[in-house]
Parts: sequence; structure tokens; C-alpha cells
Amino acid sequence: MQMDTTVMNQATTKRRIGNFFKYVALIILAFIVIFPFVLGLWTSFLPSMDIAKGSLWGGHLTLHNYVTAFTQTKILRYLLNSLVISTLVMFAHLFFCSLGAYAFVFLDFKYRNLLFYIVLGTMMLPFEAEVIPNFTTVKMLGLLNHYSVMVIPFLTSAFGIFMLRQTFKQIPKDLKEAADVDGLSHWQFYWQVTLPYSKISLFTLAAYSFLGSWNQYLWPMLTTFSDHLRPVQDGLRQLQSEETFNDWGMVQASAAIVVIPTLIVLFFGQHYFKSGLNEGSVK
Amino acid sequence: MGIELKGITKTYDQHEKPVLSEVNAEIQDGELFVIVGPSGCGKSTLLRMIAGIIPISDGVLKINGQVMNGVSPKDRNLSMVFQSYALYPFLNVADNVAFGLKARKMAPAEITKRVDDALAMVNLTEYRDRKPRELSGGQRQRVALARAIASDSKICLMDEPLSNLDAQLRVRMRSEIRELQRKLGLTLIYVTHDQTEAMTMADHVMVLHDQHVQQIDSPLGIYNHPANHFVAQFFGTPQINLLSARTAGQGAADELIVDAALHVHLDEALNAGTYTVGIRPNQMDLVPVMDNGGNATVINVEALGDQTIIEAMLDNDVEVRIVKTGQVSVDLQQRIEVSALGPAFVFGADEALIAEQRGMQDDRLAVTN
Repeated sequence: MQMDTTVMNQATTKRRIGNFFKYVALIILAFIVIFPFVLGLWTSFLPSMDIAKGSLWGGHLTLHNYVTAFTQTKILRYLLNSLVISTLVMFAHLFFCSLGAYAFVFLDFKYRNLLFYIVLGTMMLPFEAEVIPNFTTVKMLGLLNHYSVMVIPFLTSAFGIFMLRQTFKQIPKDLKEAADVDGLSHWQFYWQVTLPYSKISLFTLAAYSFLGSWNQYLWPMLTTFSDHLRPVQDGLRQLQSEETFNDWGMVQASAAIVVIPTLIVLFFGQHYFKSGLNEGSVK
Repeated sequence: MGIELKGITKTYDQHEKPVLSEVNAEIQDGELFVIVGPSGCGKSTLLRMIAGIIPISDGVLKINGQVMNGVSPKDRNLSMVFQSYALYPFLNVADNVAFGLKARKMAPAEITKRVDDALAMVNLTEYRDRKPRELSGGQRQRVALARAIASDSKICLMDEPLSNLDAQLRVRMRSEIRELQRKLGLTLIYVTHDQTEAMTMADHVMVLHDQHVQQIDSPLGIYNHPANHFVAQFFGTPQINLLSARTAGQGAADELIVDAALHVHLDEALNAGTYTVGIRPNQMDLVPVMDNGGNATVINVEALGDQTIIEAMLDNDVEVRIVKTGQVSVDLQQRIEVSALGPAFVFGADEALIAEQRGMQDDRLAVTN
């Protein structure tokens, strides 16, 4: 009896020591990752004079920077612009990518795989390489300096098609056959089975598309010229260069405001990233 | 009227061998028709061709006298139960059952009534608001059954519906399905690889193997008159013994000799030559002998309580299985003398049945006497 517990105790101690070091390492890494972010948030509450002097820990916390950001700059306008653009792009991605993916999975047509590989191939091209031809195209279409220029080139995404195709392929073949026996048309199967079945992936893609669009910087900068069209990332840049004396506290506060929607999306999205919602369809 | 298959053939590639060829069968209204065969024999393919999910390459399919080749699945007016249940994970039990009815644009009141009836029939009324993931395997299977019941079509196709359940549940569901089928007067086509399911449930059985229909008959008909080696081996546990034997003497004879102690007497004489005799394990007998006498050595004994299965190696290196009722004590390595009780099948060189020696009917007669 005595010996039994000795072996057990040794194992427990070993495991505890192992866990201790694991957590120490994780805490250090987490601190390194989050430090710049916390520092930024902290400075957004400091008066600009303190920042300029480099006294970060003076203890004069104030909301003044946020008030300035909202009252003195166009940040609300930037936020609205980004919200509109990102929402449009998000819904466009969900709709067009799922339709494309559905075709690649459930429709049988000639050159299906070849076409899919071509779609995949476009992912090889970095966006920067497409900027010049795209710019020429939108210029000829007369879309420059307009909301649509930030939406139309991004209506669909090869990544989204690829991701949803992988998801749709997980749908059991039996489910499609059962739907055939029930007489569902392709549109009905797409709408009533495929989309609800792939809810998790659709939320993931929505979050990804929204954030991707929210963080757009290069393209809006090239294609819009007026302030009232600028999305947030370009707006931020604008704040920094507009004034001779940089109000760093205010810029920092604006950056914090801009990050908030990202955090909201991730926070709520996280709930859906959990797997297991589709259990029970098939054994 | 029923369902009629005439020369049904499925070829996926012009240049390749068909996966099913020349399937002919007639399935009567209201019968439980089992299609049985080992995996890869094309039984699921055949079922999907009847359902209309995959096209028929050649041949004619008639349902109630109407040619159905090329008709879309929903217009064939049948329901189907899948091996994987194929439930919609995001819908609760009642909505799963109602799904097909809604797709067919049935009146809401009618849908509610049918869903309630179907769920009551499979005892799932209290689970109607649960999601499939909150149900056990057997309950999921019953939801799939309820879906077929609610559709109210008189033809139901089932593709190995019980193979994901554990053994005890399978036995119970077997009789539940049988009961439902009788109560609703369904024409049920049931695909399985399990010969026990075929034996216990079917009115008629189709045995598929090697892309061809081997035999269509009632379960006992198949057990008592297996058309060939494959069918004989596929039905009955433990497996039938297939032994090589030659006719006694020079000319035609009414006795087949496996070895010195193992003889089979025939009603009719057969031409001189070598044949294969099939003897069910319960139609063989053994007597322990001393020293090195006898014609076989025991290599394995399985005691099941009510019967004992003895595996022995004949001296000509052929394994035989013998079933004795009750509990028999035999040692491993014990020398025994194996003999045949009488009933046997004789197969020719092409593996087809050519003669029966008193079949298995004798058994049944003996019981009734």
C-alpha cells in the first residue's frame, strides 16, 4: 500500500514541476507579445507633454486625448467609412465565395478541378503585384475617389472560395443524397443545408474578411483623394502628418479607438470558432 | 405491381468492367426484400440506382409498371434511410422529420400531423426538440426511420441502417423495422452485408457477389438449397464445410468419399469424378478415439453454453467445423473420427449445386414429428 502511493506521489510531483515551467514560459511569452499593446494603450491616457518629455510613469492619467480625437479630428467619419466598406466586403465575400465553393463541390462540370486550381493560383500573386493593373482598371471604369473603388475589386476572394470548398467537402455525401430523394433543388440545398451546416466556417470567413477590409491601407490611399472617403487606417496616417506638432497622445487614442472594432469582432467571433456544433449528423 | 429490375447494369467507365451486370428481379408490393453481399459487391450502387441518385447504365427499372429510368428521385415517390442516418445537425428532431415534407410543399397542418404520428411510432415524441447531437446512436437511427415513415411513400430503401449500432440494439431494431414495415404495408428494399439480418428479416433475399446476382429466394430456400459455393459459405454460422470428394469405385456411384471414415450417401448415382461436398457443421459428427486412430485432430474448441463448436484438422490438411448441441468436453490435440450425419450438398466443377442429399428439410420434419 505504502509503495503504491509513493509511485503515485512521485508522478504527481513530476507533473506539477513540469506544469510550473510550462506556465512560466507561457507567461513570459504572453508578456512580450502584449507589452507594446499595453504601452500604447497606456500612453493614450497621458498628456502629450508628458509623452514628449518621456515621462511615461508620471501618473497624470486623462481622457483628454480621446475627447480631442472625437472632437478635433474626423475619426468618426473614418470609422463610418470603414464600417460601411468592411460590412459590404464581408457580405459580398460570404455570398460569392460560398456560391463559388458550392459549384466546386456539388456541381459536376467540365474542367472543374482545373478551374479550381486557377482560382487557387491567384493566391500566389501578392496583392502589391496586382495594384498597378487594378488601378488602371478602376481608373478606366471611372471609379476613383468613390466608395465603390474600395469594394468592387474585393467582392470575392480566392482564399474564401478555397476555405469554404474545404468546409463543404466535409458535408456527408449521404446528406446530399437524402436531399436528392427529398427533391431539393441546388438552390434549396445551398440555402437550407450547406450554409447552416457550415455556419462556423462562414463566421470565421466573415471575421477574416471584415478585419482584412478594416485594415486595408495601401489600396484606399492610392485610389481615394478626399478626406471624407478615407477609411480608418489611412485616416490614422493622416492625423500624424497633418500637423507640424504631433499630438502623440491624441494619435495614440485614435489608434486605440480604431482597434476596438477588431477586438469586438474577435471576441464575439471566438464563440463560433468552437467546433462540435455539427456533431450528430452522421455517426 | 411492385418493382421490376430487368437487366440492370452499371458501368462507370466505358472501358472498364461493369460494377453490376444483368440484375433481374421482381419485388412484390409489401414485401421486405433484402439485398445481401460482401462489401464492394455493388449492393449500395443497385439501391442508389433504384432511388435515382445515380443513373442506370443499361436495363429497365419499373416501379408499379412505369419505367423509371431517368426519372428524378423525388418523382419516384420513395423514401430512403442511410447508413450514416444523414440527419441535419442544425435542425431538431421534429424539423428533421418535417424537412422533406416542407421541401415537397405539403400543407403545414398535414406536416404537423405526420411528424407527430411518425415520432409517436418510433417513441421519440418527448425528444422532438432535441438536436441530433443530443441523441444516442439508436435514437438517431429512429429519427431516420421516422423521416421515412412521415414521407408516406409506399416504397422505402434502406442502406445498411443498423451497421453503426451495437449488437444488442441491432437485434432490437431489426424486429422494430420488421414490425413497422408490416404495419405500414411498406415495400422495403434493405441492403446489408450481414447474413443474419438477411435471414431474420427478409421475405426474399437477393445474394450479390462478383457483380452478379447469385441467387434470389426466401431465406430458408437459400439456406436449404444454396445455388453455389459462395451462397453456401455466405449463409449459416459457423461456415459450411466444403470438402473435396470422389465417387466410390470406378463407374457411376451413389457414394462420395472424402476419406476413409467420412462418406456421404446419395439418393441418386453420380458420374465418376471429383466433386465438392458441402456439409453444414451441425450435420457432422465426431467420436473421440484412442491413440492415433480416427481421421482428424482437434485444433480449437469454442463452448457457447448451449452448443459447442469444434474445429478439427482432417488428415488431408483440410479444416472442418463441427457443431454439437449442449456442452461437449473434448481436449485440444485429441484424435477424433469425423463422420457425416447425412444431409449434404454436392457442387460440380463450376461451383454450382448439382445434387442435394436430403437437404435440410429433414431437420424441420424431425422437429414437427
